[in-house]
Amino acid sequence: MSQNHDHHHHHDHDHSELSETELRVRALETILTEKGYVEPAALDAIIQAYETKIGPHNGARVVAKAWTDPAFKQALLEDGSKAIGTLGHVSRVGDHLVVVENTPARHNMVVCTLCSCYPWEMLGLPPVWYKAAPYRSRAVKDPRGVLADFGVGLPKDMEIRVWDSTAETRFLVLPMRPEGTEGWSEEQLAELVTRDSMIGTGFPSKPGAPS
Amino acid sequence: MNGVHDMGGMDGFGKVEPEPNEPMFHEEWESRVLAMVRAMGAAGAFNIDTSRFYRETLPPHVYLSSSYYKKWFLGLEEMLIEKGYLSREEVAAGHAMQPGKALKHGKFDLANVERVMVRGKFARPAPAPAKFKIGDRVRAKNIHPTTHTRLPRYVRGHVGVVELNHGCHVFPDSAAMELGENPQWLYTVVFDGNDLWGADGDPTLKVSIDAFEPYLDPA
Repeated sequence: MSQNHDHHHHHDHDHSELSETELRVRALETILTEKGYVEPAALDAIIQAYETKIGPHNGARVVAKAWTDPAFKQALLEDGSKAIGTLGHVSRVGDHLVVVENTPARHNMVVCTLCSCYPWEMLGLPPVWYKAAPYRSRAVKDPRGVLADFGVGLPKDMEIRVWDSTAETRFLVLPMRPEGTEGWSEEQLAELVTRDSMIGTGFPSKPGAPS
Repeated sequence: MNGVHDMGGMDGFGKVEPEPNEPMFHEEWESRVLAMVRAMGAAGAFNIDTSRFYRETLPPHVYLSSSYYKKWFLGLEEMLIEKGYLSREEVAAGHAMQPGKALKHGKFDLANVERVMVRGKFARPAPAPAKFKIGDRVRAKNIHPTTHTRLPRYVRGHVGVVELNHGCHVFPDSAAMELGENPQWLYTVVFDGNDLWGADGDPTLKVSIDAFEPYLDPA
């Protein structure tokens, strides 16, 4: 990890690679601020929004609503962005969200082989593994092997569909509703919806299991 | 470009390592990099395709050995230098030495934060009728542009079926090079796993990409 791509910067062996990066990042922010491009408080506000407002809870609410409201589910599968746009509490989604439904015959999984495309507004920032080479390289060729890394097994004859997110379209998996949740409220159901179940690398939690 | 970023189907990168309860950021500087990229993009210094192109043109050994936000940082710094928003001397000094260059949308301040949190819109009016319809068989072109493209290598030359039509969108191959938005029809094209990976591939697998019309020929 000691390779350094820009040649003007002299590597200081007294620092770890990480602390050197930290210094360089701070220097860049100083320059951008001094040149009048950005206001540091505005950067703070972006970070705070990701830390507090945007995350997988948005996606979980959408999934739970789809599980309890057949008309919403139909609208969601027809036009994800439009359907989510009707929910006041989840309104940051753009105009290209496609919701794909898991069924007993088909399991969906989402990857971005070229970079890290991910439905941020629904799921927050992607986890490290989603952006890393093992997942990006293998998901389209050996998805069952990847699922095994997550401890997930699928029936042998179940179709597996991998969606490579290569444009600005974003994909959200609608997992199957867990059995034993008859009569549950949307709020209760949302608690079972995991981030990974909406990427397709996991399932919702089972009722009664520790989340 | 045929860079190391185009990873679909490559072997040898090892197991996926899920991290239970991973933090949103592993280091504080990662959050600053994320915010700077969002802010400078929203201020009009670059578009999303250009920023991806700068990341994928990092030397392969740097790309592969840098953490995710390190790649973002290196791409951002180089892009801002090449576009004249800052100089190598300033980067070396860690301070501004000349006045800033005008930004298309002005300084990124608190009033702009809400705008950046809403996802951008990439749909554009159609300049021409769509060439393909849902159900059509199409072949991904065998093209190898040295500049930015969103056609991954593993589908090139293969035949798939048009499954969804997303309308016309900004064409990344043009936008990344700052040659205009050049809107193109965008389709989801689904490929059979055995076509992509041969007889040893998973027979239950189907893989789709989102393909712009210029990537496709009738099949």
